[in-house]
Amino acid sequence: GFTSKADPQGSGRITAQVIEHLERLALVDFGSCEAVARLEKAIAFADRLRAVDTDGVEPMESVLEDRCLYLRSDNVVEGNCADELLQNSHRVVEEYFVAPPGNISLPKLDEQEPFPHS
Amino acid sequence: MLGRTLQEVSAALKQGQITPTELCQKCLSLIKKTKFLNAYITVSEEVALKQAEESEKRYKNGQSLGDLDGIPVAVKDNFSTSGIETTCASNMLKGYIPPYNATVVQKLLDQGALLMGKTNLDEFAMGSGSTDGIFGPVKNPWSYSKQYREKRKQNPHSKNEDSDWLITGGSSGGSAAAVSAFTCYAALGSDTGGSTRNPAAHCGLVGFKPSYGLVSRHGLIPLVNSMDVPGILTRCVDDAAIVLGALAGPDPKDSTTVHDPINKPFMLPSLADVSKLCIGIPKEYLIPELSSEVRSLWSKAADLFESEGAKVLEVSLPHTSYSIVCYHVLCTSEVASNMARFDGLQYGHRCDINVSTEAMYAATRREGFNDVVRGRILSGNFFLLKENYENYFVKAQKVRRLIANDFVNAFNSGVDVLLTPTTLSEAVPYLEFIKEDNRTRSAQDDIFTQAVNMAGLPAVSIPVALSNQGLPIGLQFIGRAFCDQQLLTVAKWFEKQVQFPVIQLQELMDDCSAVLENEKSASVSLKQ
Repeated sequence: GFTSKADPQGSGRITAQVIEHLERLALVDFGSCEAVARLEKAIAFADRLRAVDTDGVEPMESVLEDRCLYLRSDNVVEGNCADELLQNSHRVVEEYFVAPPGNISLPKLDEQEPFPHS
Repeated sequence: MLGRTLQEVSAALKQGQITPTELCQKCLSLIKKTKFLNAYITVSEEVALKQAEESEKRYKNGQSLGDLDGIPVAVKDNFSTSGIETTCASNMLKGYIPPYNATVVQKLLDQGALLMGKTNLDEFAMGSGSTDGIFGPVKNPWSYSKQYREKRKQNPHSKNEDSDWLITGGSSGGSAAAVSAFTCYAALGSDTGGSTRNPAAHCGLVGFKPSYGLVSRHGLIPLVNSMDVPGILTRCVDDAAIVLGALAGPDPKDSTTVHDPINKPFMLPSLADVSKLCIGIPKEYLIPELSSEVRSLWSKAADLFESEGAKVLEVSLPHTSYSIVCYHVLCTSEVASNMARFDGLQYGHRCDINVSTEAMYAATRREGFNDVVRGRILSGNFFLLKENYENYFVKAQKVRRLIANDFVNAFNSGVDVLLTPTTLSEAVPYLEFIKEDNRTRSAQDDIFTQAVNMAGLPAVSIPVALSNQGLPIGLQFIGRAFCDQQLLTVAKWFEKQVQFPVIQLQELMDDCSAVLENEKSASVSLKQ
């Protein structure tokens, strides 16, 4: 698999299991060993944050945290644009977006056809 | 006429010296001539001409909508434009035609601006070179300037003129090239980590990033919701203020816009008393990688303020060195979330696989996204894994607070405005730039700009002088939150002092008489 060729400078935390897990969550595949190596470098880069002392510091979600979000009144003022929204989809039946069957998991890595390198 | 400022052209339109249609046609013609710059993805010729016609009617009836009526503008291709393809330079959205306008686009149109087209960018605004989109890289107009070419002729090793073309910087490179090459008077960019200010510095333009919450993000295809803002690119500060005046303000469709009554910074006052100003110089921004030329200009700028009686203080932003790391974690995490909407079902690219939804989504996303986007999605998902969430994502959020506090502390020590470099050096050749990967380059190039996005502050890059190679170098001013008007006032004063030269593109154009003629008037106009 990809991990055997992973960057020796990397953290070595990207096991085959992690790759599979990430690909399932992201629904995006690595596609190559280089991509795994890049992730390892990205993690190593992020690890530098450990050096910062954040004891007692609250996480900041938004720079506008001291303000209240503006809320609109709960009245319908627009809509009725089904046609416009349906126009951009490739597969539509009447007013439905058509999806392939769900509840079918992606095959496990070792069962899959190897992806072509992008 | 094309070399004039927005203000000047607006006056000319009002006085009938030129009609919107004539102006529009000149810009369209120049867009065609400068096609090799690859600044535009879509040129909305018919739309622009129709808008010009309507603008002309208004002027004839003495009912112009304001300073932007009849003014050609361009919009980065990650803003939704109704009826006009919006691609984000990605296969994922190739052919996507939004059914609505982004609020900022709507505001420009409501003021009568002419939409010349959608400009090129790095795919999904991820990058600092405008080199990684599916439509190819954008070329910096300065590659073809007399100023640059003359310097290169002196270099005996200079090769074939076009193979060494320079990048625009990014990710709003198309917008920057469009304004820099005189094809429009203003362009919208976006700024998440410096994507408006970086190309502004490399293309000799004013690149303005408003305070987070001042300008609506509705319709701006999101990258990092807590940091994105629409950015403005113009050739002078007054022009940026005019555009900001049209765009700023609360939007019920974007709940992250603030509803304070904010003074619309339409006309900037002349800075009466520089001696009342306090300029802060963050010492941690003096890093070894900074080119000596930029460092020298930075120093001269500080001296300039001091010589006019302003107080110039060294300040400390102690967490600066962690800023880019923090940005990297937060950015990839938010990207992982924001890119999840692209599954092929409701809009955008859809692959042919129909076996299962998961298989369809996965293949659609593999086909739709480039390596850079996919890499960031995967990194983001890694940081958001349960076992990593505290140590990476929450940790980065805490560091973000420390960084934001650094700025608060600096401003509390009496500083009005911070002065820093915008980029490490002038624009580099494309062949040089692509030697490193996108993430590495972004980490290097965003170093002075991204902390501002984390703190949500307003910032502007002002072109200062040409390098020894004849290329633009810009410096950045950073203001307090929602003090955009004050920031632009200081920037305007500085711009007047430095008198940055106009780009000379006459070698570029065949029938260049129109441009030459207006260069003279443009250089006079900047000397107010």
